[in-house]
Amino acid sequence: MAKVELFVNGRAVTGEAEDRTLLVHFLRENLGLTGTHVGCDTSQCGACVVHVDGRAVKSCTMLAAQASGSTITTIEGLSASGELHPLQVAFRENHALQCGFCTPGMIMTSVDMIRRHPNGLDEATVRDQLEGNICRCTGYHNIVKAVLDASDKMGKGAVKAA
Amino acid sequence: MYETQYHRAASVEEAARLMGEAEDGKFLAGGMTLIPTMKQRLASPSDLIDLRRIEALKGVTVDGRTVRIGAVTTHYDVSTNEELAKICPAIANLASHIGDPQVRNMGTIGGSIANNDPAADYPSALLALDATIITTQRSLPASDFFVGLFETALEPNEIIVAVEFVAPDKAAYKKFPNPASLYAMAGVFVAKSGDNIRVAVTGAGEGGVFRLKDAERALAGNFSPSALDSLAVDPDVLLSDMHASADYRANLVKVMAKRAIAEITNRPM
Repeated sequence: MAKVELFVNGRAVTGEAEDRTLLVHFLRENLGLTGTHVGCDTSQCGACVVHVDGRAVKSCTMLAAQASGSTITTIEGLSASGELHPLQVAFRENHALQCGFCTPGMIMTSVDMIRRHPNGLDEATVRDQLEGNICRCTGYHNIVKAVLDASDKMGKGAVKAA
Repeated sequence: MYETQYHRAASVEEAARLMGEAEDGKFLAGGMTLIPTMKQRLASPSDLIDLRRIEALKGVTVDGRTVRIGAVTTHYDVSTNEELAKICPAIANLASHIGDPQVRNMGTIGGSIANNDPAADYPSALLALDATIITTQRSLPASDFFVGLFETALEPNEIIVAVEFVAPDKAAYKKFPNPASLYAMAGVFVAKSGDNIRVAVTGAGEGGVFRLKDAERALAGNFSPSALDSLAVDPDVLLSDMHASADYRANLVKVMAKRAIAEITNRPM
């Protein structure tokens, strides 16, 4: 068994897990953070994306033991104050989801994307950067709109807070 | 995934020792290939020795024209290194198109070349750049390092420390990615330094990455896309699979090579 020590959504947590336990399973089953989804389980779909030390990572393709010592942000940790994060607002306002299964991963990927593009995004870049996230409802159009909307709004001084 | 024992090494010496003690160990870097392979039960190492946190293996150093990239440097860090982008934008650009953003945040150059997937991007760059692969035991040229499909010259206990190359005068990489997997169905890296021209092909060779010496000869006298108009790429040495026949790949190799030359020379194909 591996001892797993993480700093998740601002909280220090420790737990025991088999060495082969994937980070996504540790988050969901040991910590009860079920906002992070398991979609394809083959590194394709991005439903499991979380931030590990500030970068978007597919948590189905990382061992919990590998992540030990890291700072993790999941969809539950995105809005610290109880207000929705600007990307969550943009997804709601632009109706960027149908069934919603891919949404946590889409949002975590998009937060990372906007952070890496502080000077703004265009549609082609957003589509390219969403390469690792699949929406089975094929709702990409509104997802792209939402990311562009959030990027515009967050660009006005809010990028650092993301 | 079958059971395994995870170990985190703090140094290459510790990693080598842990590997020596393991029954059937594997080194783990970004894990972007190894973990999916273990999940499919196509690999079942008794022990995983994680190299990702070894500080000495991290980072890009540029000294004049000499570039050194530590083995566990991620694709993202290669793609965004400003000094590297100034003197060898082709390799930064290559790194920015590997897999997807999440893969680039974890995947490493050392992991990529140690795995030597016949469709991986980096092997073509290192072969065309005549890079040196530095390991815990020796230094060897890329042409000796890449042996065949998923096969390298690495000994079981040997760890890649870094890759080094001298930035070329000009270089470009063009690939035709499989639209689902994003792996190259044909990728061509062209590097030119003075009269020395090297063209390396990934994604297409049945023995993995290889140099396209016919193209190098054709370009020696006339470094322009049209120099490759009459180039015949031999399909007998190319992969044929569900994604593309060898004949189709032969055409893709030629087109990608011409696109790379067109980019370098800023001339139309």
